[in-house]
Amino acid sequence: MWKDLFVQRKYATLKVTKKNDFIKDENVSTDNIDVDMFTKCPSCGEILINMDLDKNLKVCLKCNHHFRIGSKERIDITFDKDSIEYFDTNMKSLNPLGFPGYSEKLKSLSKSLGINEAVVTGRGKIEGIDVCFGVMEPNFIMGSMGSVVGEKLSRMFERAIEMKLPVIVFCASGGARMQEGMLSLSQMAKVSAAVKKHSNKGLLYISVITDPTTGGVTASFASLGDIIIAEPKATIGFAGRRVIEQTIKQKLPLEFQTSEFMLEHGFIDMIADRNKMKETLHNILKIHMGVKGNE
Amino acid sequence: MNDVDIKIKEIDEKIKKIKDFMNSSGIDLSGEIESLNQKKNELIKSLNPKSPWEIVQIARQKSRPNYEDYINGIIDSFIEFHGDRSFRDDAAIVGGIGFIDKFPVTFISHAKGKNIEENVKRNFGSPHPEGYRKALRLMKQAEKFKRPVVCFIDTSGAYCGVGAEERGQGEAIARNLLEMSDLKTPIISVVIGEGGSGGALALGVADRVFMLENAIYSVISPEGCASILLKDSGRANEAANYLKLTSRDLLELKVIDGIIKEPSGGAHNDAELTAKNVKSVLIDALNELTKMDVNDLVEKRYDKIRSIGVFLE
Ligand SMILES: [Zn+2]
Repeated sequence: MWKDLFVQRKYATLKVTKKNDFIKDENVSTDNIDVDMFTKCPSCGEILINMDLDKNLKVCLKCNHHFRIGSKERIDITFDKDSIEYFDTNMKSLNPLGFPGYSEKLKSLSKSLGINEAVVTGRGKIEGIDVCFGVMEPNFIMGSMGSVVGEKLSRMFERAIEMKLPVIVFCASGGARMQEGMLSLSQMAKVSAAVKKHSNKGLLYISVITDPTTGGVTASFASLGDIIIAEPKATIGFAGRRVIEQTIKQKLPLEFQTSEFMLEHGFIDMIADRNKMKETLHNILKIHMGVKGNE
Repeated sequence: MNDVDIKIKEIDEKIKKIKDFMNSSGIDLSGEIESLNQKKNELIKSLNPKSPWEIVQIARQKSRPNYEDYINGIIDSFIEFHGDRSFRDDAAIVGGIGFIDKFPVTFISHAKGKNIEENVKRNFGSPHPEGYRKALRLMKQAEKFKRPVVCFIDTSGAYCGVGAEERGQGEAIARNLLEMSDLKTPIISVVIGEGGSGGALALGVADRVFMLENAIYSVISPEGCASILLKDSGRANEAANYLKLTSRDLLELKVIDGIIKEPSGGAHNDAELTAKNVKSVLIDALNELTKMDVNDLVEKRYDKIRSIGVFLE
């Protein structure tokens, strides 16, 4: 039914959008129009009303496709209202290698997204239980990890040690940030070392893997949780799909490097739907604290 | 030998004298040694007019000394050990025990072959997860028997393939980073050729990280960087300039602790002399690190890893 409505609107908007784009590719064009009211599910093609989609935490009502969400939305749906204290909000990236175009990119992204970097860290409550957290921002240079991401996460783990708190990190990243060269790669070691220090104190670290988590983040803290949870059908892997296809000169099956694939091969503990995530985290935290039922 | 070479040699001799004096007298002169080392590194820097792309070519030289040359040149009574005890033995990483001078060590290295047969067997030095798990098994063994660990890095990267992903390439590398950060025995890493991304770093979390003068260490290959950012892998030459992947650049960025001199033209011109240079650096580092209390050592290692990065706040 919504499809019909959409078709009508499509014709109505045709006149005001660039005509050429429409003729070239119908799929692209349907994504372009009605952004403010409708979204087409990339997985099943269903046309979804944005209000319904938002209410369903950006999960397709028809096929359960989990759309990517930004750090702000993730924090809103995970932590108790008004429970949050942010860490290191003023920390900013420099351009230590003098990499061409990097400074400009940082500037324009922090302006358009309203955040300084690809991770937000802090302390908050999940149904009243205190945790430290890191939430990666997939829209900030693909959630890539440079000096700031490494430093913010490491400090967050260290604060969690001081406060004797569990840590939850929501991962979403294309890996190490090329524009900071070896300084980026070194952040993998840095955060892993902080995870180990936190772990040595007997504290809990839950890694939540969301779409997409690849490269240097998969090869460091994303894979190091005491408990690793993934959202359904997230891309999780070390090497990029295209790189592997080029190396082995074969097409890879669709399910390769998905959450389901990782579960089957024994690299994550469980898959949880977005609308069950908070409850799942809360239940795990309660068992770790020895709190049964609704005590 | 030119003037700079002679000066470097003089500094080396001076350092050796001070160290001997320190050992016999018990007086701490590590500040002196530090400043001499700094002087030496500056001299090495001034010696090296090659472009980053030229250095990439030297680092990838087919005839460049590999794990085998260094085992022969540095380690006495080497015995190789195999397998990760879980899946198989990965020939892309070689590990075992032996002596460096008076020190019993566990030695682990990426293994690039020098001909096509060996490269097929060793997968061109690109490990699968089981290679990293073998390395970690040997490191934990070294920790148990209080042997220092010496890692040589020489890989274009961890292997990108179906089996590698199915068996958790990401997890294997991550586990090494985590465990190495807290391993209760000294770790020394040396980049001898190519240090390619996470697959290199998985042997590179150490108390001391050295690079051979013409080795490279990078988050991504110049070709990969060029094809992503410049949309043209043919512009790798340009990308090599941006990435700051040479030993000089990385010393400046404090990613590594020192540069090991190569014979003029590159290590391939004299594998024996190169091995000798590496050995003397290793012996100095072993002397220093084995004297430290192991808890101090691990704490200092954490602080060192923790301090890498450049940002504003
Ligand atoms: Zn759908």
